[in-house]
Amino acid sequence: MLSRKYAKTACAAALAALSLGAQAQVSGGSVKIGVLTDLSGTYSDLAGSGAVLATRMAIDDFIANEKPNFKIEVVTADHQNKADIASNKAREWIERENVDTVTELVTTSTALAVMKVAKEKDRLVIMNGPASTPITNEQCNDVSVHYTYDTYAVANGTAKAVTTQGGKSWFFLTADYAFGHALEKDSSTVVLANGGKVVGSVRHPFPGSDFSSFLLKAQASGAQVIGLANAGADTTNAIKQAAEFGITPKQSLAGLLMFITDIHALGLKSTQGMYLTEGFYWDRTDETRAWSKRFFDKQKKMPTMVQAGQYSSIYHYLRAVKAAGTDDTSKVMAMMKKTPINDFFAKNGQIRDDGRMVHDMYLMQVKKPADSKYPWDYYTIKATIPAAEAFQPLALSRCPLIKK
Amino acid sequence: MNAPVSFAESKLPLLLGALFVIGLIAPFAVYPTFLMKILCYALFACAFNLLLGFAGLLSFGHAAFLGTAGYVCGMMVRDVGVTPEVGILAGTVAAGLLGWLFGWLAIKRTGIYFAMITLALAQMVFFLAIQIKETGGEDGLQGVPRGHLFGLLDLSDNIAMYYLVFAIFCFGFFVIYRTIHSPFGQILKAIRENEPRAISLGYDVAKFKLIAFIISAALAGMAGATKTLVFQLASLSDVHWHASGEVVLMTLLGGLGTILGPVVGAATIVTLQTQMPDSVGSWVTVIMGVIFVICVLSFRRGIVGELQALIKRSGVN
Repeated sequence: MLSRKYAKTACAAALAALSLGAQAQVSGGSVKIGVLTDLSGTYSDLAGSGAVLATRMAIDDFIANEKPNFKIEVVTADHQNKADIASNKAREWIERENVDTVTELVTTSTALAVMKVAKEKDRLVIMNGPASTPITNEQCNDVSVHYTYDTYAVANGTAKAVTTQGGKSWFFLTADYAFGHALEKDSSTVVLANGGKVVGSVRHPFPGSDFSSFLLKAQASGAQVIGLANAGADTTNAIKQAAEFGITPKQSLAGLLMFITDIHALGLKSTQGMYLTEGFYWDRTDETRAWSKRFFDKQKKMPTMVQAGQYSSIYHYLRAVKAAGTDDTSKVMAMMKKTPINDFFAKNGQIRDDGRMVHDMYLMQVKKPADSKYPWDYYTIKATIPAAEAFQPLALSRCPLIKK
Repeated sequence: MNAPVSFAESKLPLLLGALFVIGLIAPFAVYPTFLMKILCYALFACAFNLLLGFAGLLSFGHAAFLGTAGYVCGMMVRDVGVTPEVGILAGTVAAGLLGWLFGWLAIKRTGIYFAMITLALAQMVFFLAIQIKETGGEDGLQGVPRGHLFGLLDLSDNIAMYYLVFAIFCFGFFVIYRTIHSPFGQILKAIRENEPRAISLGYDVAKFKLIAFIISAALAGMAGATKTLVFQLASLSDVHWHASGEVVLMTLLGGLGTILGPVVGAATIVTLQTQMPDSVGSWVTVIMGVIFVICVLSFRRGIVGELQALIKRSGVN
């Protein structure tokens, strides 16, 4: 009898200890963030080690400002832009290292692969690098957040703004695969809707290196704007060659998916006058400048929107964990969706039910070399595209989570 | 290039038995998904080695078989809703048929022309994979369920999945082992060593080459289909020519024309690719290149080939 009594007491004590420990309610006493990104390939400039740095900055700032009662750990890995490596790594992190959230994930195929793993294992995914809209449409799920941008926001933003500002006739240079076709289709719809016209388009093989014949067609079309419905190396090669052919600045180019690192690599001489849409520009406000200077001191490069978004999203996630008092996926997700995002990156940013974070986007024009006063002084902000217009409206959503 | 006999060969069954046991207990020590990846690539490399190491045919388009089977298996399991074993079978058959077509065209030429024809055909497959809607383009074919083996055994459990992959690997390995050690395999080696002599002895060389090509393609396909189930996706990287190049590297590094070489080569490369980038970043491609150069300059027989030679030498003394 006595022993049973002892056992009871012991049980009660154990329970008490458990509930005490459970105040933090964070599994393993720590929140573990995985940064899965391209550390060695094409996208390592726009995401890569800069995204890892942004993550660490967010964690350091969060600990300093909010004094959480849980530990925060980071693991990083290179997915080499391969879906199988990403899926393997995410699975390993979740199963063996108890990672709570997998983040960044530039390259859509890696993002989609990790979204499936995370859904199966009930963990969070926060995506900043990938561009494609299926992430928050056909493939959407309730454990994922698509934070920084998507092709709808950058392509439609540019197409609309350029058309309304007088660039009425368009010619598209399109990468010949699904992604390029979608980009062209979406943008030309916007051009037409805003009173512009599409005088023609040409498809180039993907990946391409010699764009001369396609560019000559674009030149002969006499269109005011040449829309580049492609990405990465295709875009940069096309821009370089357009400058060599003397197409720019007579006709202007519109990059439908570009980053400040592309401008930096190409130089202002060949990119001057170009229009593009981004979700962040370091030299926009005092707040963005202050943060970007800190980033620059460590990385020796100004942040891209992906890297700034990574900081903002990680900070938002950690605040949601603290507010929810748990790292439970659905509770944290509910908190993240409930709380608006207000920081240097976004004002009144909101995560919708399809996982899309909506915030203002900015239409930029690349400066002339003579107008650039200091390093990384690349853009003039031509327009702010309000959050409500920047992203695909929920009414058009193809995400099964959105009930209409 | 003579097949090593004597000591190394006579102890082979013992070695294979030991490796089999290691394979059985490995998932309890090492992360199973990682092991499954190694096994898939090992089978892929073994299939490639059957063609290059034993028939002397350098195919530079083997990714086409790996990738096609992956896509076929993924579509069958995800969209048609068949059980995983049927999916793998479908992938294997599809790769075999594609191999028949490729082989039939490619073996009309030899040497560099053969390699270039296979590369060109594989690039066509890559083009199709990126263009048609069903493969998901550059997003890949995502969300393939692992399903239940024979409708019974739940494969979402990593250990269960591992043993299925291990069984498939052993089956594929056994097929290759039997092929090499059969009269058919002897004739393949004869063709590799001296094709005109094989012809003058009355063998229909083209037919033997074609059969070897089909077996190799089908087994590469089996590896690809299995890989799709393991990762629950099929992506463009499997049909990209990089994958065709990687398998050459794996085979050469491990030991061309040795039965275990491709396995060792695949394990080495996959481990390097998975573990290194986290510490060395973009240097990983440079390091791989250096390893390859060192391999072909100083130990051309590959890891297993050199070990065999070492054992052979010490066995004689």
